[in-house]
Amino acid sequence: MNRGTRVSTDLRPLAQEIREIASGYGLDFFDVIFEQVDYAQMNEIASYGGFPSRYPHWSFGMEYDQLSKGYAYGLQKIYELVINNDPSYAYLMECNTLVDQKLVMAHVYAHVDFFKHNAWFKHTNRKMMDAMANHGTRVRKYAEKHGVDEVEEFLDACKSLDNLIDYYSPYVRRRERSKVSLSDEEKQPDRSVGKLRAKNYMDRYINPEDFLEEQREAKRRKSVAARKFPAEPERDILLFLLENAPLERWQQDVLSIARDEAYYFAPQGQTKIMNEGWATFWHSRMMTRDLLEASEVVDYADHHSGTVFTQPGGLNPYKLGLELFRDIEERWNRGQFGPEWEECEDYVERRRWDKQLGLGLQKVFDVRKLYNDVTFIDTFLTEDFCRERKLFHYSYNKQTDMYHIDSREFRKIKQRLLFQLTNFGQPIIAVQNGNFRNRGELYLKHQHEGVDLKLDQAEDTLRNLFKIWQRPVHLETVIFERRKVLSYDGKEHTRRELKSNST
Amino acid sequence: MVRRIEEDKSRFDRIVRGKIKRELRKYITHGEMIGRRGKDFVSIPLPQIEIPRFRYGRNKEGGVGQGEGNVGDPIGAAPGEDGAGQAGDAPGRHIMEVDVPLTELAKLLGEELELPKIKPRGKKNVAATRERYVGIRQSGPESLRHFKRSFREALKREMTAGTYDPDNPIVVPLQPDRRYRSWREVRLPENNAVIIYVMDVSGSMGDEQKEIVRIESFWIDTWLRSQYKHIESRYIIHDAVAYEVDQKTFYSTRESGGTKISSAYKLCNEIIDRHYPVTDWNIYPFHFSDGDNWGGGDTKECIRILREELLEKVNQFAYGQVESPYGSGQFIKDLDKEFKNQEELVTSQIKDREAIYDSIKDFLGKGR
Repeated sequence: MNRGTRVSTDLRPLAQEIREIASGYGLDFFDVIFEQVDYAQMNEIASYGGFPSRYPHWSFGMEYDQLSKGYAYGLQKIYELVINNDPSYAYLMECNTLVDQKLVMAHVYAHVDFFKHNAWFKHTNRKMMDAMANHGTRVRKYAEKHGVDEVEEFLDACKSLDNLIDYYSPYVRRRERSKVSLSDEEKQPDRSVGKLRAKNYMDRYINPEDFLEEQREAKRRKSVAARKFPAEPERDILLFLLENAPLERWQQDVLSIARDEAYYFAPQGQTKIMNEGWATFWHSRMMTRDLLEASEVVDYADHHSGTVFTQPGGLNPYKLGLELFRDIEERWNRGQFGPEWEECEDYVERRRWDKQLGLGLQKVFDVRKLYNDVTFIDTFLTEDFCRERKLFHYSYNKQTDMYHIDSREFRKIKQRLLFQLTNFGQPIIAVQNGNFRNRGELYLKHQHEGVDLKLDQAEDTLRNLFKIWQRPVHLETVIFERRKVLSYDGKEHTRRELKSNST
Repeated sequence: MVRRIEEDKSRFDRIVRGKIKRELRKYITHGEMIGRRGKDFVSIPLPQIEIPRFRYGRNKEGGVGQGEGNVGDPIGAAPGEDGAGQAGDAPGRHIMEVDVPLTELAKLLGEELELPKIKPRGKKNVAATRERYVGIRQSGPESLRHFKRSFREALKREMTAGTYDPDNPIVVPLQPDRRYRSWREVRLPENNAVIIYVMDVSGSMGDEQKEIVRIESFWIDTWLRSQYKHIESRYIIHDAVAYEVDQKTFYSTRESGGTKISSAYKLCNEIIDRHYPVTDWNIYPFHFSDGDNWGGGDTKECIRILREELLEKVNQFAYGQVESPYGSGQFIKDLDKEFKNQEELVTSQIKDREAIYDSIKDFLGKGR
């Protein structure tokens, strides 16, 4: 971490102060190491997803190019970047004003508290800084040995598939890993297979060797056919490929690196609204109650309003999360929950409802521990909230080529939000058959939820999948309400319509 | 120190260059790049490069937003990218602007069109000498002392002498350890060139024809600039009379009236004689016209000037005939007939924008 970065000493007392305040509120976090970096370093670190020592890949260069331009044109500025790690690293922009730094540090402590306690982060590697550096070294080593282009091309394929993981798998054991492979069984065929009953001295006449061989063969064929492969549809496609694709050692390693990193980053996508909401909730509380000097109020208000600014028609996760947390706190303080509350229809009564329970703070801490964005929205996005915060549903209008507000109906809004978050915004795809047509072809099935896949990208992705599987690959999906199979056999793409429901 | 990201960035740049190169023909025929030209860069719009993934094609889908407004109110063409993570992200930016240095663009053009390197004419090379550091030697001025090498020598000596102590690693270079950078003089040819653009602005040359000339000149300019260190451009417009003008006027003037090409050739000849001695300069006139000359008499005069004056002096004389709504003139045929095997004269028919690509190849493909 000594690549030109420096820890500014003047922030240390401030960090200490904020740390104590945060602890006082009950936030509990890993140690946080703050580093001040300039904009170029910040853009570099951000391009690498927070890990300066990550493996090399052109896509990080592209990210950097765009961040640098965005910064140069004054369109965007990254104030802070915080890494889920123990100890946690937080990068602060050197040019932030002091009040910015206060805000950002308060924000960071809340993020780290979230990393440490939220259930969805429980299985993430807390020594990821080291792991990433290790990944980087390995990939560089492979690049040296096998050629930069070859490794990068393979990485392209891996990255193209890195959303094909089972987002729930750290929590659910879907299957036992079987250690026995087909070849092991072949080596020791069951001796007693298909033997006709015979007395010992007659055995070799009643069960001659060629007959036995025949029986064995038949049984083997039957058992192979009976064994579905995989037995259950496999959502962790990367794992399936790791175990079954004909890869060289280094390729396997690179693929496993891509998979590890995908699992590491997954919870951040799963809790974006909550995580940002939580951090914003706390920075705002700490700033306004404890940290602000009178002279800083305007600057703080300016910055904070930028954080929660919502474009007309957009949806800002910081703002939505913040408001939901505040709503929860207030409802639990006033006892606005439970069957009694749910059944109350009287508007005036509801407005006045206050049982003075004071459970708010405890509740928000529980929520940050147990929920992810889907369950968070599902549980706490209420009709009242929707109305008060002016949420709406919009749709596309062909005639005007614009988006229009088409409803403020609670059900519709909630449904849409939840739908967008289903599987955390990723299509649900599973390996259906790893020996399709009995020719070792790979058959994936997309569980269609009403939205089609992006077709051009889907075909390019199949191409990448082929690179790894090295036999024809298929994806069953729905296009314009017709069930189709997209295939790629290494030479050309085909689309075939499915008549029945069979695979 | 080269930061790691710079390596990734340069790999990304290479991918972008490849994309541009594959679509160069498209960029050549579209004039839009010229408007985006900075001093040393051209800004090229490219579709976003993305790693393909199985993902939702959410275009034209609905979403959830927050704010004022009644049912039915439009909220804009594309709700902000800043939508909640995956939630609410409607179509966003799909075009990125890539800055490509002009030199790089010329290189791409050269590779794609397989343009030969221009061989400047013999005696016009103004040779310049420059020093290049090429090696190391044991003596030299202190200002060129090579620190690292000197210390390495010293370390070597101390180790062989056994005086080096790893626990107290003090290395003191002595006189014989000192190493200095050494240089060699290289003679670099430096060539001067002038491009003289000549355009017919008579009534029959419309806006589209001028646009074609503009696009083609841009690429010619880009290429020649990559081939010569020092280059000048002159601009001549003509109808029945010829004037020398600046670049802006050159592309914006619209005249009516007849066409006397000889007037322009005369002026071109004068400019060469006055400013660009043949011994020092590589000269490239490019003439664009729709080929409708005044009459046979003037064409004869043109041919005479070309044969007796211009072709003697220039590296190459290029004539591009742009097809106008009134059809294509006779001039190109006359030239072709008259100068059948003359290498200094190149003609090219430019039917429409699509033809620019091949026309550039006609003009620059000879490496003269």
